[in-house]
Parts: sequence; structure tokens; C-alpha cells
Amino acid sequence: MFNSLSDRLASTFKNLRGKGRLSEADVDATVREIRRALLDADVAVPVVREFVAAVKERALGAEVSEALNPAQQVVKIVNEELQGILGGETRRIAMAKTGPTIIMLAGLQGAGKTTLAGKLGSWLAGQGHKPLLVASDLQRPNAVNQLQVVGERAGVPVFAPHPGTTSEFDDPTGDPVQVARDGVATARAKLHDVVIVDTAGRLGVDQELMKQARDIRDAIVPQEVLFVIDAMIGQDAVNTALAFNEGVDFTGVVLSKLDGDARGGAALSVASVTGKPIMFASTGEGVKDFEQFHPDRMAKRILDMGDVLTLIEQAEASWDKAEADRMAQKFADQEDFTFEDFLAQMQQIRKMGSMKKLLAMMPNAAQMRQQLENFDDREIDRVEAIVRSMTPHERVAPKIINGSRRARIARGSGVTVSEVNQLMERFGQAQKMMKRMAQGKGMPNMPGMGGGMPGMPGAGGHGGKKGKGAKGKAGKKARSGNPAKREAQLKGGGQKVAQQGSSFGQQGQQFDQDAMNLPKGFEKFLGEK
Amino acid sequence: MWQAGRVNDSLILILFIALGVIVLGGLAFVLLRGPRPPKGKYPGTRDADDVQAPPEPAGTAEAPAPPRPERPAPVAGRLVRLRARLSRSNSMLGKGLLALLSRERIDQDVWDEIEETLLMADLGAGPSQRLVESLQTRVRVEGTEDPVHVKQMLREELIRLVDPQMDRELALDGAGEDPGVVLVVGVNGVGKTTTVGKLARVMVAEEKTLILGAADTFRAAAADQLQTWGNRVGVRTVRSEQEGADPASVAYEAAAAAKEEGADTVMIDTAGRLQNKAGLMDQLGKVKRVTEKVAPVTEVLLVIDATTGQNGMVQAKVFAEVVDITGIVLTKLDGTAKGGIVVAIQDELGVPVKLVGLGEGPDDLAPFDPEGFVDALLD
Repeated sequence: MFNSLSDRLASTFKNLRGKGRLSEADVDATVREIRRALLDADVAVPVVREFVAAVKERALGAEVSEALNPAQQVVKIVNEELQGILGGETRRIAMAKTGPTIIMLAGLQGAGKTTLAGKLGSWLAGQGHKPLLVASDLQRPNAVNQLQVVGERAGVPVFAPHPGTTSEFDDPTGDPVQVARDGVATARAKLHDVVIVDTAGRLGVDQELMKQARDIRDAIVPQEVLFVIDAMIGQDAVNTALAFNEGVDFTGVVLSKLDGDARGGAALSVASVTGKPIMFASTGEGVKDFEQFHPDRMAKRILDMGDVLTLIEQAEASWDKAEADRMAQKFADQEDFTFEDFLAQMQQIRKMGSMKKLLAMMPNAAQMRQQLENFDDREIDRVEAIVRSMTPHERVAPKIINGSRRARIARGSGVTVSEVNQLMERFGQAQKMMKRMAQGKGMPNMPGMGGGMPGMPGAGGHGGKKGKGAKGKAGKKARSGNPAKREAQLKGGGQKVAQQGSSFGQQGQQFDQDAMNLPKGFEKFLGEK
Repeated sequence: MWQAGRVNDSLILILFIALGVIVLGGLAFVLLRGPRPPKGKYPGTRDADDVQAPPEPAGTAEAPAPPRPERPAPVAGRLVRLRARLSRSNSMLGKGLLALLSRERIDQDVWDEIEETLLMADLGAGPSQRLVESLQTRVRVEGTEDPVHVKQMLREELIRLVDPQMDRELALDGAGEDPGVVLVVGVNGVGKTTTVGKLARVMVAEEKTLILGAADTFRAAAADQLQTWGNRVGVRTVRSEQEGADPASVAYEAAAAAKEEGADTVMIDTAGRLQNKAGLMDQLGKVKRVTEKVAPVTEVLLVIDATTGQNGMVQAKVFAEVVDITGIVLTKLDGTAKGGIVVAIQDELGVPVKLVGLGEGPDDLAPFDPEGFVDALLD
């Protein structure tokens, strides 16, 4: 959808090569790009203004003008500033010293409070607590019912003395304050150590409901008031956050629907405007889809920089470990890449979601954006159909596929022979590519690669990785680190290959960037593996 | 060395993914082309020697008149309320702009701030910039520095962006015997079920017969919620008793019931789904395909929350791809949010905003009126 910030900054800085220092105009151009990236991520305008001013000030300082790679340095500054606002340390729930810990949830309608109550309950139960959910949302139709179902799914008891409203037409009758109070009393009597109070969703401008929330807060004196906000929210985040901060004075923020592809600039807006920490992220519909908030990842997400990291993570989440190992082994042994492998690979990739999105995640996808727009995921089905129309023998030994076999395959998969030919041709290219990569292996022995990984100095990593990129692509013939040379070589291999190749080149570069700027994130990923 | 091994492992993994993606992507580009017709010609989905399904029993329209405990408020007065509400919630934009434009000279700072003000309304960086540029051009061409005139121009440009010429009529009737099929889609928590309920009231007020389909089989109590809406205005709700049933089958049954009973329209409420969940989007595509076995879907409404920011555009794009949305419903416009993203969506996808939701009351759903919308933004 959007160019990543690093891409944009890189193009801004392209003209600056050779220049010793950055002029103020250069910095201005950079700052404009940063501003645009933040706005695209839905960071609130006043927050953007402030943030950009801070970045500009630092960017004009010595650390940038003396850096070897000003673009990288600026991205690093932005990243640091973002993390600074989002909070470095993850805050934990403040537990009560005596009696049950009371957690109250507040937020707009549809932000996901009721669902979150279940998730939080399940999460706390997993940590050995004994939570109780209290249904104080007597406003929304069937909210009580929903909480009961959610509680059941999460295996957490629900205190719901009042049925709440069952339709938009009932006037809310019960007293949510009383329900909350009774809930806490019940928890005390039944020795629950955590009480989670679900309240009605409300608009920031609705004084009456806000007062009700305030009353609940005053009545039960919660240790934590969590403000639940949708990651998709736009500029209204500031108004809403301020209204709730004033209304119920929340102690922490939960970002919901983070499993969507919203960039979640709201997180930055809320954290910056209210100064309250973001404590949790809700990342799916199941009761287990709930996690502590990672400021560093959020920073990258807002800047749209984490794509490659996300890709890897998605791959890790969905790739079959055994399958990956088998592939890696095959790769290392320099075995031929067969259609069977191709089929397996295709299935693994499919599990990662839409091909279009994966392609868009590839660095440098900008160039092919137009083509991407026309891309149809069902084309993959057609490819699969072709491969599936081959006999197992043909899949392992594609060389035996002659004219009549091709005709049969085409008939079997409902395509024309020329399409089968194209597939064979491209498969041949892929095979060669794999082989070359395998031969140019020895990646662990690369200088500055393995050992230097944690906290390695930027330049060392740069050299090492670049070498890898060159090998991966140009193969054993030329291990030139010179990008221009590489490109020239690739051009010889036909346009299609050139296109792939350039993606790959960028891929290598992207790793440089990630590793160099964000050693922390990378390290983490490695640690988590 | 251990560390190095890990790095190596993950690098291989990355290479594999990257290569796979590229190869597959490249292949797909090569093979890229529209769906082609099968080689032989088939007149329909059935084989010639297939046993024909018995013809639909015609005219079982003897259904007892549903009890109508309530008559929803007429549609006519709603626009006035929309205007009143909008001017209350959105006056910030109008005032801010007026203050800016009242300065004596219009310099770059002023333009920047106009752009920022538009951005605050969630209009999006692209459309805001374009709006400001066309306004700048006009100011230069017409050589005016009169703030009132500039404001007038801004109004015109905004209206042009919103495009009043667009057809905003809801396609509620099917062709011939078929019922009109309305599919309501959107991400989680935007108010789909409520919109269906409110729309049902509007249709009942217009003397239409309809059936509701509770194809949201995922969210706890969603079907109950819809049924409550239906019962209130005497409309039958087709639902599955079993939680987690196949939504496509519920939708099919609802459409089939509507056809059988000769209802004018069937409205199908679907579960909220984030647009990047490929599986769920496939499921939605299936709901539509399966429903179309009964009658063509005449209207696909995408519900968008007014607080949604730039992600609204992504939502609209993906949903448009999967189910070909024909209209947008902008909900929760009664807060401080301005819902400017719909302007951008309309501009980019050409899908008109058809309805706006203005609050929690059962009759707070109004047809979208572009001029009223813009006027309210600027007043």
C-alpha cells in the first residue's frame, strides 16, 4: 500500500551521495517524508507536528551529518524517538496488596472490550490467578450474554446478576454501578483474586455515560483502568483518549485489532497525548490472541519498516518446521529443486495468506505496484493445477517432460501447452537460481556475519551481508559487491530474471538496513526462534 | 557458532520464502489473464441429462400479515437531524478553516494549515493535498483573496470530491421473481448488525416485506441481537441454532426462504472480519457465491466506522475485491469523528456512501446527502 519509510528516505537521500554534510533543505525534505509516513499511519496531526519538530532538531545535529549513511541515521533517530514515546519498558498489571485486584475496562463502542475481558481473564488464569468477569455493560443489547459466552470460552466465571438489555429498544434498567460493586463483593466472598469489570462502550462526547463510568470507578476503586482502543482509529484517537483520560483517568491502554493491517498510529497519538503506557495488544478473535505490548515492534509497524521481519515471523508461524528443515537440508546438499519441492513450497506460502500481500511485502514492491494491482491470487491455483497434472515421476525428473507429456499435462489442467511451457521455463530458471545460491553458500563463514551479529557495528554487518546478497544472486561467477556490476550481469539473463534479480538485490540491502539500524529487533527475532 | 547456525537457518528460510514468493509471483504474472470460458459451451450449471429440480412452488404468498408492533419514524425528517448533528460534531473543521481563511494574505503557511485541518478530518494525505492544490490553482486563476469566496470554492471542491451525481439508491429489489439480496459486510465492531436492524426498520416503514439472515455465526449472541431487531418490526430472522455453523448455509437458507415466501428483500448480516485474514475473506466470498445460487446479490454494503483512519481505504479495497461492494454505510457519525476517509474511498474506488448511522436510536440511519454532508462540514 505505502512505500516504506526507509524506501522513501533512501530516495530522498539518493541525491545527497557525495555530499559531505546535510543542508537544512535536505533535512526538510526528509522531515516531510517522515511527516507523510506518520500521517499515513493515522498518527494524530498535532502529535505528528510535535514529533517531526523533535526529529528535525536531532537530524540537524552532529550525529546525522557525521554519520556514514545519513538516511539510516535518520531512520534510526525516528525509530528511537518513537520507542521513546511508546515507552521502553513493558508495564505489568499493578496487583492489589490485599483483597482482589480490580481491573476496569473502558472504551468506545466496538473497540472490543467484552472480547478483551475474556482474553484478559484467560491470560490471567493462565498465570495462576482466579479471575472473575463482571458484566456491567447493561447498555448494549446482549452484551451480558456475550460476556457469558466469552467467559465460557475462556473458562472464567462470569458474574452477571442483571440480564442487561436484549434489544436496542429496552431502556437500560439495571444499575451498572451496583452490579460492579456486587461483583467485587462476590469476588471477595468467593476468593477470586482478580476482578475484571466490563463497562458499556461510550462515545467520548456522551457526558451521561462518561459520568456512569466515573461512578463505577469511584465505587470500586480499581487498581487498573484499561482504556481499550481500536488500532484502526484515525485522527479521532486524540479526542477520544483525552475525553476518557478526563472522564475515567485510565492507567493503561490496550490496543485492539492489532491483527489487522492498520498501522496503528493511534498508539503513538494516545501515548503521546496522555502519557499513559500501552500495556497489551489484542491480536485476534480467539481468547488466546492476547499479548504484552512490544513498543519496538509497534514503532516499526507505524513506520512500515517491519515488513521483512513480519514476513519472517509469518513464515515462522505458519511454516511447517519439519518441512523447512527438509528444504534446508536439501538446499545444503545441493540437491535438485524438483516440482515436489515446489509444490510443498507453494503450500507453505499459501498458508501465509494472500500472495498479493506477500509480494507487496517484498522490499521494492513499489516498482511492481501496478502489476500487483492486477494480480489475482487464483493464478496460483492454475499453477498448482499444472503441477498436479504431472505424474510423480515427472515431478521429480522434469527433464523427461517431452512434447506429448506437455500436451497431456495441458489437457489435464485445462490450460494451453504454451502455459505449461512457460511454467517449465520459469521452473528451470528457479532451479538454476537455487543451485547457484546453494553453491555460493557458506554463509555462516562470511566475515562479520555470524559472530558479529549481536550488537555488531554497522559497517561490518553491512559488508558481510552485502556479500551474501551478491552471492545469492550473481553466483559463483562474480562475487562482486558492486551493485551496478551485478545489475549489468543480470540484465544479460533476460528481463524477467533481471526483475527478480533486482528484487533480490534489494532484499539483501534491506537486511543490511534492518540489521544495521535495528540490531535490537533482529536479535530479538533470533532469540525468539 | 551456535548463534551463527541459527542465523544461517533463518537466512535459508528467508531465502526460500523469498524465492518461492518471487517464482510464484512471476509465474502468476506470466499466466495472468482473465478467467476464460470453458472450451465447450454449457448453457447452465446442470448437465443436459440432469434431473431438473422441481419448479419452485409459486404463490405461497398467503403468509399471515406480520404483527407490526411498531412503526419506525419516516425517513423524511432524518436529513434535518443529520444536518443538526453534523454541525454539532463537525463544527471544528468549519470554524478552523474560516479562521484560517480570514487572514489577510493567503501564504504557504495558511495552505499548509488548511491541509492539516483536512487531515484532521481523516481525509487522508493524498486527497487533502489534491484538494489544497486545486484550491490553490483556483485562487491563483481567479485572483481572489477574499476569504468568503475561498470558502465557497472550498465547498465546491469538497462537493466535487464527494460527487453528488453518484447513484446512491439502494438496490433492494431483485429482478422478476427473485428477492433483492443485500449483503452487509465489514470489519469487527463497526455496527453491521445494528445497521441491518435499522435498515430493516426503514424497509418496513416503506411497506416492503423482508427476511433477515443471521450469517454471523461467530460472534457470541450476534444472531440473538439481529433477531431482536427483526422481532421488533415483525420480520422473520433465519438463523442457525448451532454456534459456529457455516455462514454460507445460513445465508443460502435465508435467501431461499425469501424466494419461497415471495419477500421483496433478504438482508444478510455477516460476521465481522479483518480484511487481512485470507481465510475469513474466502469465507465471505463463499457466502456471496452460495447465496447467488438462489438469487443474484443486488447490494453489498460495506459498513465503516466513522472513527476509522487510513485503514478504511485498505478495508474498502479488499472487500471490494472479494465481494464487489456497491455501497458504503458510515456509522457512528454522532461522535467527534468526522469520517473523512469515505471521501477518499469514494474518490479512489468510486463506491458511493449510501447511508449514514447517526447514533444509538433505532431510527438513526439516514440516506447520505453529499451537499448536506459538506455543508455541515463547513458551517
